[in-house]
Amino acid sequence: MNLLDIIGPVMVGPSSSHTAGAVKIGRVSRKLLAEEIVDAKIYFHGSFLATGKGHGTDKALIAGLLGMQVDDSRIPESFALAKEAGMTFTLDGIDLGDVHPNSVKMNLTGASGRTLEIVAASVGGGQIRICELDGLTANFSGDYPTLIVHNLDQPGHVTEVTSMLAHKSVNIATMQLYRASRGGNAVMVIECDQEVPAESIAWLEHLEGIMKVTYLSLSEEGQA
Amino acid sequence: MYKSLEELCRIEKETKQPFWKIVQEDDCREQGIGEEESFARMQAMYEAMQYADAHYDENLKSASGLVGTEGKKMRKAREAGTLLCGDFIGKVMEKALKTSESNACMKRIVAAPTAGSCGVVPAVFLSVQEEKNFSTEKMVEALYVAAGIGGVIASRAFLAGAAGGCQAEIGSASAMAAGGVAYLLGGDADAIANAAALALKNLLGLACDPVAGLVEVPCVKRNVMGAVNAMTSADMTMAGIFSRIPPDEVIDAMRSIGRSMHEDIRETGRGGLAGTPTGVEIRERMANLT
Repeated sequence: MNLLDIIGPVMVGPSSSHTAGAVKIGRVSRKLLAEEIVDAKIYFHGSFLATGKGHGTDKALIAGLLGMQVDDSRIPESFALAKEAGMTFTLDGIDLGDVHPNSVKMNLTGASGRTLEIVAASVGGGQIRICELDGLTANFSGDYPTLIVHNLDQPGHVTEVTSMLAHKSVNIATMQLYRASRGGNAVMVIECDQEVPAESIAWLEHLEGIMKVTYLSLSEEGQA
Repeated sequence: MYKSLEELCRIEKETKQPFWKIVQEDDCREQGIGEEESFARMQAMYEAMQYADAHYDENLKSASGLVGTEGKKMRKAREAGTLLCGDFIGKVMEKALKTSESNACMKRIVAAPTAGSCGVVPAVFLSVQEEKNFSTEKMVEALYVAAGIGGVIASRAFLAGAAGGCQAEIGSASAMAAGGVAYLLGGDADAIANAAALALKNLLGLACDPVAGLVEVPCVKRNVMGAVNAMTSADMTMAGIFSRIPPDEVIDAMRSIGRSMHEDIRETGRGGLAGTPTGVEIRERMANLT
């Protein structure tokens, strides 16, 4: 926490968790898809479902999916702006079970046809957590450049990824490994201190046994 | 970030640096930025507060329809000269309503320390500046004072209603504003800490019980109370009236009360005003909106 978390941030109200956090979830999701979103199917859970309407959680999430920041005064008009931008969306309720009360599930489709399923939570004070990507555990905050690699659970993939990062002088801040079953689908979530070069991500995508690479770049942050 | 107001008072006496400067230097160290950049960032916060106040929309209602237009009513009453509290306190009340209503209506505000308590600090600071013609620089210094107090509260206790009830939000905001005013009126670190302590003491135990879970009822009007409480606490301090319980111990009391608060009155929208028959009825009406 720094001084400008005490006096600040500048944000569109009314709630840091239900409004600012929802904008951030949308914004991070758009960056994870790494292209314009043409369709979003959104499912609100728990407190997001119960009090979301009054907190503008729906408008805030759409604003984030359109790439807006938490202090963008156009957030209340995001539905109309989505229409102008050619983004379609649906809003529904869902019971995701034993997850954080401020959770949302999204099925996103990008302009090239790329899809991404995300479960995310707003955990308080505008902080968020990406909990699942494409059905596999993720668990990261969106505060660091983050590399998410879905691969087959077989020896060597962690070395391939971490060697590449070492070669590009990217320091690993945190690293998590999960797998659905032995020899089945696995995922590594790596939060980094530096940005991962685009060509390295493209290189990873073509390796045998690696199914999908998703990357959260923060390179544009702070410019808007 | 400092963990004790007593420590800040001691550093002020030892170094002869003003309270705000000690807070700023600490922030510069933490963030790895220069004093000028730090000051510019804090000034941007003050300007955003001024902007929110100046761009209040008198006709706007929140999505629930529960709040909106109160700032207009207060302005009219103040201009008509019918307020027993007088023009200055009338202005504080009006500005607190304006910023917190703007928050409820999805306009841009500065969380200080939270969105729910965003009306307190600007209501107090903007009114005092208009009354006493302080420079922007002086106001930004006072904002450092407020942030320093908030930092100590965050370190020793909490600033979120979900963690410690409304005392953690409006109580902290009121303590921050009171300390800032004590500084503006020429108070030293002891006076600043005392004003914060007096303000926080008055709000200990306050439940966070928002109707339908929305940052509207009673939040908007509690911002008024927090702002006026900050003014009386600063005035008492400058009159030489001191808290019998040391400031850090008051904050610790807030923490222990927050810890023993039932979950129903910690921003869950279940207990207190939210649990009244009318509160429940409003929640059900809102649920049918979705």
